[in-house]
Amino acid sequence: MNPVAEAPAIRRPAPPAPAAHGGDDAHGGHHEPESFWRRYVFSTDHKMIAKQYLFTGVFMALVGGFLAQLMRVQLASPGAEIPGMGAMHAGQYNTYVTMHGTTMIFWVAMPLLLGAFGNFLIPLMIGAKDMAFPRLNMLSYWTFALSTVVLLGSFFVPGGASPVGWTAYPPLSANPQYSGNVWGVHLWILAVALEMVAFLMGGINYITTAINLRAPGMRMKDLPLILWMQIVASVIFLFSAGPLVAGAVMLLLDRTAGTGFYNPAAGGDPLLFQHLFWFFGHPEVYVLLLPGLGIVAEILPVFSRKPVFGYKMILWSTIATGLLSFVVWAHHQFVSGIDPRLAAPFSLTTILISVPVAVTLFSFIATLWKGSIEFTTAMLFALGMIAVFLIGGVTGILNGSAAADIYIHDTYFVVAHFHYALIPPVFFGFFAGIYYWYPKMFGRMMNETLGKLHFWGTTIFVNVTFLPMFVMGLRGYPRRVYDPTQFSSLGDMTLMQILATVGTAGLLLSQVPLLINFFGSLRWGKVAGPNPWRANTLEWAAPSPPPHGNFAAQPSVYRWPYEYSAPGRAEDWHPQHLPSGAAAEGSRS
Amino acid sequence: MPDWLPVAASTYAKDIDGLIWLITAIVGVWFVIAEVVLFYLIFRYRRRAGVKPEYVDGSRKKQIAWILVPCAAILACDLVIDAASARVWDEMKLTNPKPHMTVRVDGRQWAWDLTNPGPDRVLDTSDDITLLNELHVPAGEVVRFELRSRDTLHSLWVPELRLKQDAVPGRTFRGWFEATRPGEYGILCAELCGVAHGVMKGTLIVHESSGYENWLRSAQAQAPAAAAPAPATAPATAPATVPATAPAGGSVAR
Repeated sequence: MNPVAEAPAIRRPAPPAPAAHGGDDAHGGHHEPESFWRRYVFSTDHKMIAKQYLFTGVFMALVGGFLAQLMRVQLASPGAEIPGMGAMHAGQYNTYVTMHGTTMIFWVAMPLLLGAFGNFLIPLMIGAKDMAFPRLNMLSYWTFALSTVVLLGSFFVPGGASPVGWTAYPPLSANPQYSGNVWGVHLWILAVALEMVAFLMGGINYITTAINLRAPGMRMKDLPLILWMQIVASVIFLFSAGPLVAGAVMLLLDRTAGTGFYNPAAGGDPLLFQHLFWFFGHPEVYVLLLPGLGIVAEILPVFSRKPVFGYKMILWSTIATGLLSFVVWAHHQFVSGIDPRLAAPFSLTTILISVPVAVTLFSFIATLWKGSIEFTTAMLFALGMIAVFLIGGVTGILNGSAAADIYIHDTYFVVAHFHYALIPPVFFGFFAGIYYWYPKMFGRMMNETLGKLHFWGTTIFVNVTFLPMFVMGLRGYPRRVYDPTQFSSLGDMTLMQILATVGTAGLLLSQVPLLINFFGSLRWGKVAGPNPWRANTLEWAAPSPPPHGNFAAQPSVYRWPYEYSAPGRAEDWHPQHLPSGAAAEGSRS
Repeated sequence: MPDWLPVAASTYAKDIDGLIWLITAIVGVWFVIAEVVLFYLIFRYRRRAGVKPEYVDGSRKKQIAWILVPCAAILACDLVIDAASARVWDEMKLTNPKPHMTVRVDGRQWAWDLTNPGPDRVLDTSDDITLLNELHVPAGEVVRFELRSRDTLHSLWVPELRLKQDAVPGRTFRGWFEATRPGEYGILCAELCGVAHGVMKGTLIVHESSGYENWLRSAQAQAPAAAAPAPATAPATAPATVPATAPAGGSVAR
């Protein structure tokens, strides 16, 4: 059907005739058969690039999870022989700590949430054929791939990968004499800088695409919330990445060219790096949180068959969160030696961020009110994201209070807190998104039984792993210590260490059903059809999986994305691209 | 539950503990409310045959109030927490009680060089006593410390005193504590400082005030041996490949 030919929609004037569509230069309207290389490797198709990010991110998640398990085995039984690796020494432990954190933030969370979902969803949800700059998009992925090779390669250089922590504070990171590591840290800096460049290119593309290539009739306030959150996350990233890259380049110069940006003997200051790092590092938390929340915002209405509650409130609180995230960074430095008069203002801004985040979470919870909730795996992960993230949210207040932070800073309490703050958006959000959009990505349904096994295993073992760490932290145990028997004055923590290690093992094993489900469903999953969830957003108007170019005909948009169970309508959903009065396609019959 | 925190052994430890429990209580209430409402709604509005959802989009003023009123209450709680936090912080960091004496704490890879001022209570005089990984102070007296680092970042961490402060090369930090309970407490390093970070530890010995004078006299008697500067070589735990000597210029006061 061609919506443009229909009578004007009730809620708005007739959409303009489909204009010549942007982003066509890389692939004209007609598609010739593509070679293997053009199709799977050097693809400019946003969906293929999304899958490249997806598979790279999943692979790196396995690497990061493996590193975590190595640390946990050492902590549960210090000095134990690890099959094939022998007993771990302190330097190796520091390397695993560093590379686990680095991998999970930069090479897992970023590619999965922004690289995969941002790429896949932005053009589809606005009714575009591709990104605004498809070649830049390809360059973004291949820069990221290069950064991945550099990072993984650093394990194999003399001295091994970086042992100086994912925050890479100088002088330890600036001076090979202190860390005993030359090439690992060099390559770490290079890899992080390349990764930043990749996502800067991605971010420019996301923002441009979402603003300029919207389908006829689609106003900014018709954007699904996940796109708003991707846009805000990209803007935060664009504004915060510069200082980090500058800081990293100065660090590299200190290491290689004899400069003294961070060297007090040469007039530099180690604290400068901390400011540059956290000016990026804290907004980065929201770069990861927002897309995770966005996924939840899409899934809750579909599986409770209700509009999202308070679209505008969520939108404004998202923007407020983004703005506030730029003025909280020094809460990472309460004990670092910054001027003590700075503590109160940074405490205030940090704790105030609870208000916009609460607006969003409460709106999500209110979305369930008077709904009709279907517990698909996607919905379970979305609900689990809220339930688990609340733990990370409330414990953040303790860290945000400068005086309380004196005690818990750099203890296991902080480790527990930021895992509870990051695992829900990054992993629960990612899993929810995968179960929800897999049919669109691959054209087949995933298995719900395996999905529920995955959900319950993940949820239980996340808590088995990280709840004991709150207790260890409150007892005063510092993080990044490779032998937990060293500080006997803090009491015996063996039991909690073992519990946390069992939890990590369980968490990793719980991902087996996902991997079986993911790859098995490619072949054996039920064929999905274009709109298996009876959802409103535009991606469900395209075939599953969408072909190169996405839509058979340019869709127009007639309403906001959350029109579920509208009064006076036979179907309980009303796709954005359907003119009023037309029946929805693909109803379950 | 309260015994999760180690024994409180300084004057401000009680204040920090009180703050931690205040915040835990406030956020705990919100946490329980949010989870209970979440799980109640999940249970109450699960899909059931014949029950239709209602179109509620949260755009009416009354519906908006359901969100904004609780969030205003959160804002009020935030301000209470901020005020309580600032009060404790100011007491610890912005007041300057008159000290009984000043000690010096020098962190390096991977040990603490800890200097007592000796009987004259003045640092940088000939009767200073520098010990490796061992600091003696009297209970019930305000002790100032000057914290420095000779190489990388370190962090002075005495859990029982609720005292944590990073040591940054190029800077000298001045802080204070007043220990209230005699005993021996671990001095830990809380900032990743290289390969032997996990074994960088010392002992803080808090004496009754008469016990401190006794210790001082006996330490003074062995002065020639004890006052010798701590060896600048790495402790036995450090691998030989990593030199532990500090470069020059690491201790400039600001």
